Amino acid sequence: MKSLTASKFVAHVILLLFSAIMFYPVLWWIGASFKSNPELSLPTLFPHKFQWNNYSDGWVALPKYTFTYFFLNSIKLTITTTALTVISSSLVAFGFGRLNFPLKKMWFALLLLTIMLPSQVTLIPQYAMFHSFNWINTYLPFIVPSAMGGAFFIFLLIQFIRGIPGELDESAKIDGCTWFGIYWRIILPLMKPALITVMIFSFLWHWEDYFGPLIYLNTVDKFTVPLALRMFIDTQSAVSWGQVLAMSLLSVIPQMLLFFAAQRYFVEGIATTGLKG
Amino acid sequence: MNHGKNHSYAPLAGYLFISPWLIGFAILTVWPMIQSLYYSFTDFSLLSPPRWIGMQNFKEISEDRFFYNSLKVTFTFVITSVPARLVFALFVAMLLNQKIRGIGLYRTIIYLPSLIGGSVAVAVLWKNIFGMTGFINHITALFGIAPKNWIGTPGTALGTLVTLSVWQFGSAMIIFLAGLKQIPGELYEASSVDGAGKLRQFFTVTLPMLSPVIFFNLIMGLINSFQSFTAAFVITGGGPLNSTEMYALYLYEKAFAALHMGYASALAWILLAIVAVATAINFLVSKYWVFYENDTGGNR
Repeated sequence: MKSLTASKFVAHVILLLFSAIMFYPVLWWIGASFKSNPELSLPTLFPHKFQWNNYSDGWVALPKYTFTYFFLNSIKLTITTTALTVISSSLVAFGFGRLNFPLKKMWFALLLLTIMLPSQVTLIPQYAMFHSFNWINTYLPFIVPSAMGGAFFIFLLIQFIRGIPGELDESAKIDGCTWFGIYWRIILPLMKPALITVMIFSFLWHWEDYFGPLIYLNTVDKFTVPLALRMFIDTQSAVSWGQVLAMSLLSVIPQMLLFFAAQRYFVEGIATTGLKG
Repeated sequence: MNHGKNHSYAPLAGYLFISPWLIGFAILTVWPMIQSLYYSFTDFSLLSPPRWIGMQNFKEISEDRFFYNSLKVTFTFVITSVPARLVFALFVAMLLNQKIRGIGLYRTIIYLPSLIGGSVAVAVLWKNIFGMTGFINHITALFGIAPKNWIGTPGTALGTLVTLSVWQFGSAMIIFLAGLKQIPGELYEASSVDGAGKLRQFFTVTLPMLSPVIFFNLIMGLINSFQSFTAAFVITGGGPLNSTEMYALYLYEKAFAALHMGYASALAWILLAIVAVATAINFLVSKYWVFYENDTGGNR
């Protein structure tokens, strides 16, 4: 018993140390976002005098558009793509998880393969295709693919649906319920925890997506927050790091809020499917 | 069960339900793959139609020193960051797998960097803390090391990207934690009756039982690391002296800065081949170290 408590003590010490190392950059980030430029080169964590105007000045530092505008762009785009991803992925997952049809095994294997496919292989033709549709500098290259489901999310939902007992939909079927009725009235409500997991991760990934906007959006009025941040560094000859770090910090706040609001879905979601390394 | 199967046989409804993915698969995956394979044998700039040039792109790539450089950079990044991330993730997961107080809080703090790690915001943060006046230099100063520009020095720039990647071991850790909880406690009891110490238990019980999860994390880590882009693009831009020019970055520059889309398509197929071979090798080797539940009986 004694050695057990000793080992727990050691575990606590190591974990505290790890947490400190992991969290220190974030803490420094918070402090630095309130610092003036000269103070940033000092080793202190927090400034002598908090520069709240890093936030107010940074918010309006870019010409023509304020961060309000970029945040609205990001929010609009992320909510649209997330909603479409959840709807389409749940439909597809229901098909794979509950129905039998010819070649199902093959399609399922291909679905799993697409999760592992490096996106670079489809990147250029997709770009050329969207270019020929005149979709460059619109949000359609993000919205249309999201209506076709994400392979990762479909897989996650299939795993979940397989765990739901089949008696419920069988009796509904005997009662004359259509497949869509079963999906809508029985499976969808039972899938709620998994749907929330999908919603969260879809939101996070779309929110922080940088590569897509980088290649598809080219005028500032369409920019999302990540692109605006990058522009913030690029357009200044002498970077006012305090302001840049303040805006960067604000840009991850939606992610943090979502994380703290729905922590248990996170842990379950990652653990059951092993999302993203 | 059979009864249920018959009930659920619904070809039309089945295809209707999976049709969003099926259409996407055809239009956004299969057709683009065929096209990019074709483009890789052409000279294509997007502004004019592709022109067939046979093996020319691949021949040029084989003589392209930037291609070899990006391979070297990417392999160095993958080989250092993937194992380091796994080791940290497993180590911390084992610490968290005890009945200790505050596990939720530890897990939250340790996972937090992984939550935001892929964002441009964190890349911006990294650019600053590893810079000349960044806080890394304050820490190294404590050990009497002269301040240096970690990002601006070819020898250390890639290291900053590896550090950023390792800092985000949280997802792998949570998967490990779930895997550790699945290991039946009787196995540990039996082995301690046999007189096995903690260390031997780790090698004879934990590692074999966890090997499928380690394998999964390894494969996903490899595939993601080979495609690493945002951090290098924002923090170092591939520099200094191309020391952080990752494969995905080089491909992006060829495709969207130089508009050599045929050449970039060839690069993409080479990347696919590399990732496929790396994955295949791992699957083959996995036979020798990954144990699945149903063969644990034969292992003793």
